[in-house]
Amino acid sequence: MSNDNPGADANPTRPVSEARRKVEAGVARRHASERRFRLYGLFSVMFGIVFLGLLLASVVGNGYSAFRQAQVRLDIHFDRALLDPEGRAEPGLLSGADYQLLVKSALGEQFPEVTERRERRELNGLVSPMAAYELRDLLLANPSLLGTRQSLWLPADDFVDMLLKGHVGRGAGVSGRPGGAQLAWVDRLKAEGRLELHFNRAFFVSGDSREPEMAGVWGATKGSFFMLLVTLLLSFPLGVAAAIYLEEFAPRNRWTDFIEVNINNLAAVPSIVFGLLGLAVFINVLGLPRSAPVVGGLVLTLMTLPVIIIAARAAIKSVPPSVREAALGIGASPMQTVFHHVLPLALPGMLTGAIIGMARALGESAPLLMVGMVAFVADVPGTPLDPSTALPVQIYLWADSPERAFIERTSAAIMVLLAFLLVMNLAAVWLRRRFERRW
Amino acid sequence: MRLTTMLLLFATLVILAYFAARRRAIAMAGGHRGIRNLHSLPAHHGYYAALCSALPALLVLALWALVGDRVVMGQVITTLPEPYRSMEASELSLVLNEVRALASGQAMGGERPPELEPVAGRFLALHSASRWLLSAVVLALALAGGALACWTIRPQLRARNRVEAMVKALLIGASTLAVFTTVGILLSVIFEAVRFFGQVPIIDFLFGLEWSPQTALRPDQVGSSGAFGAVPLFAGTLLISAIAMAVAVPIGLMVAIYLSEYAEPRMRALVKPLLEVLAGIPTVVYGYFAALTVAPLLREGGEALGLDVASESALGAGLVMGVMIIPFISSLSDDVINAVPQSLRDGSLALGATTSETTRRVVIPAALPGIVGGVLLAVSRAIGETMIVVMAAGLSARLTVNPLEAVTTVTVQIVTLLVGDQEFDSPKTLAAFALGLVLFIVTLVLNIVALLVVRRYREQYE
Repeated sequence: MSNDNPGADANPTRPVSEARRKVEAGVARRHASERRFRLYGLFSVMFGIVFLGLLLASVVGNGYSAFRQAQVRLDIHFDRALLDPEGRAEPGLLSGADYQLLVKSALGEQFPEVTERRERRELNGLVSPMAAYELRDLLLANPSLLGTRQSLWLPADDFVDMLLKGHVGRGAGVSGRPGGAQLAWVDRLKAEGRLELHFNRAFFVSGDSREPEMAGVWGATKGSFFMLLVTLLLSFPLGVAAAIYLEEFAPRNRWTDFIEVNINNLAAVPSIVFGLLGLAVFINVLGLPRSAPVVGGLVLTLMTLPVIIIAARAAIKSVPPSVREAALGIGASPMQTVFHHVLPLALPGMLTGAIIGMARALGESAPLLMVGMVAFVADVPGTPLDPSTALPVQIYLWADSPERAFIERTSAAIMVLLAFLLVMNLAAVWLRRRFERRW
Repeated sequence: MRLTTMLLLFATLVILAYFAARRRAIAMAGGHRGIRNLHSLPAHHGYYAALCSALPALLVLALWALVGDRVVMGQVITTLPEPYRSMEASELSLVLNEVRALASGQAMGGERPPELEPVAGRFLALHSASRWLLSAVVLALALAGGALACWTIRPQLRARNRVEAMVKALLIGASTLAVFTTVGILLSVIFEAVRFFGQVPIIDFLFGLEWSPQTALRPDQVGSSGAFGAVPLFAGTLLISAIAMAVAVPIGLMVAIYLSEYAEPRMRALVKPLLEVLAGIPTVVYGYFAALTVAPLLREGGEALGLDVASESALGAGLVMGVMIIPFISSLSDDVINAVPQSLRDGSLALGATTSETTRRVVIPAALPGIVGGVLLAVSRAIGETMIVVMAAGLSARLTVNPLEAVTTVTVQIVTLLVGDQEFDSPKTLAAFALGLVLFIVTLVLNIVALLVVRRYREQYE
């Protein structure tokens, strides 16, 4: 081409102009295909973004309502005759009393016309069975309430909650749905201002529960926190130590190569395989307790270690050799060079890597299923050895629950999890921006 | 003695060793002015003593954590009354669990054999004795190590070199942990898998066409034959992975091309982090989205077209998994596309090629090894992905290539076999480890092949 063209321009002959015509005829087609190609690219980008938007919208749309919860205002009479018939104000006795009775009698006062047994049962079903426990805790914390009459907001049952939020229709008769009488009572309570949506405090301060209106994420959050604590305490020092050795001291030989291949491979091993390792080694061989955040943390440590090693090595690599040479030049030993000069300069990069590794560990659930963290745990764990679950596992568990009210709670738990992840990633970005140095 | 008290005492001893050795080194040198008489800095003498005090004791602690419980239990077994002593290992472990529960006072559910009561008492006594022994040994070792190190301090002691040698040994230990993890995975999975293959022939497992792991509780039970042919699982995994890759490869690649060849820097700076958010979303969220939003959509769409779509169809799980993998492929391809030197593009553009022609005929071929490597890594991720399929794919092992039907995968079966109550000898639980072995080997091979492809066929432009 390059040989022919100049001559062709100088002396136009038939075959050359035909070639040119061919080229020109193709230009429009080629430009069209160029535009198409570009459009495919744009479409792909849009696909990703639209999907992300849909995902977030579906989570937020399903979940935002869970932050409010229907509550019923009842005039509870802490009746001595019901709670403490023999008149001894002992805590042991008070904690064993039947608080359900208080709720029932308050509801009875509210709706005196309801007398039939079956209807009474339906009426009592308006208030969450957990309300009794709230009353007990209230009275135990403040025994002077005994004998007084209090106007209290108590959690309504989940179907009332769903009804108020419009998540279930008013069609009566189906099992699990409110019957006609219940609908009328709900409407009356609402008209009297005794039934309102309030901030759902239980969601943030309680553990798991079979009753959706009392189920919260605090237990799972604490479990996740303990697990991440174990993971961070183990994987950061170990990962940094490994990275220092491999980057600064390791001789170039087969063994080092083998270690590196292992690290890179572990970074790509499916997480569930780490769960199998945890089950076989930590639980069956070492006899550590099932469902304990310690075990989950150990498994996540092994999983995040490669991530942290790789990030820490990159951070060490980015420290220029001149820093090392200067330190060595004035008589520092190699170990002093690394610990006094290279490590402080590489630390922000390592921390960034560690935070990203932690964020990944926080969202991980498959290996935790293997080490028994899927058990139903209603208590909030107090130590890393107590049985517990983790946020993503809690999401998995709730997603499996049939009650309609758990759909919004699952979405709300996802929002909590995503908020944590967002904060961690923003921290990583901030660290990088703040301390990044170009040498 | 409580473990925390012991650890606190231990830490105090180690810190004491540091200061004692430092003081002694300074004293040996004849006060602060004579420090230059020392071979190493006083602090190095301190570190030396601290390490000498801490390391042996930590070793003992680690050893106890590994075998302590076993030794105690071994002693307890010898005190068990006769019918228990000659039990099978699995029954014995159940009995021992009862003993443990009795000892910790959490005895629930009543009916425990009364002859276990004294055994539980014995266990408690042994347990606390072993704790005391451990505390004594650890604290004695810490004290002795620190004292010995202080004793050996001389001005010419090469404390720095010794400390550095010990630190280096620790660093080496940390770096070999990755190897131990791999070995641990292999051993734990292979060990259980071999036990499984002792009960179910490996040929039946790898090539059998029927999977129904529910073994009969009673011999006369109907319908639970316990067939362990894993082919339907492999087929299901491949089907869902194939759907995921059909979504992720073209879209991920086009995203990478668009961002590196077409998009303006401003758009790139905006879009790239947005897509990385997709990579940061936990898989359980994808699973929830697939089960709650995508599956019903597909079902309704299928009904509108007159198709019968299962509510846990392979298509739904595959689609969502594909989206999860898009950022993985696009960021890996982005890296290799950006590594193609600009001169190649300039050459092609100068010859009159359009940007798309340059991309398709010059950039992509040059970047192909890296892209193929990335795709292989993505396949290994799709195969090992668990939560999406657990939540959105089915449980029934069906041998089909119809993406509208429900299939099950290897990871789903591992989870269903191992979650919940389990006895550790039934082929049902062991089968999970055999599946895990297959999963590990397949992903390992994929990773290694990906690495080799990238290394072998990478064009070097320097």
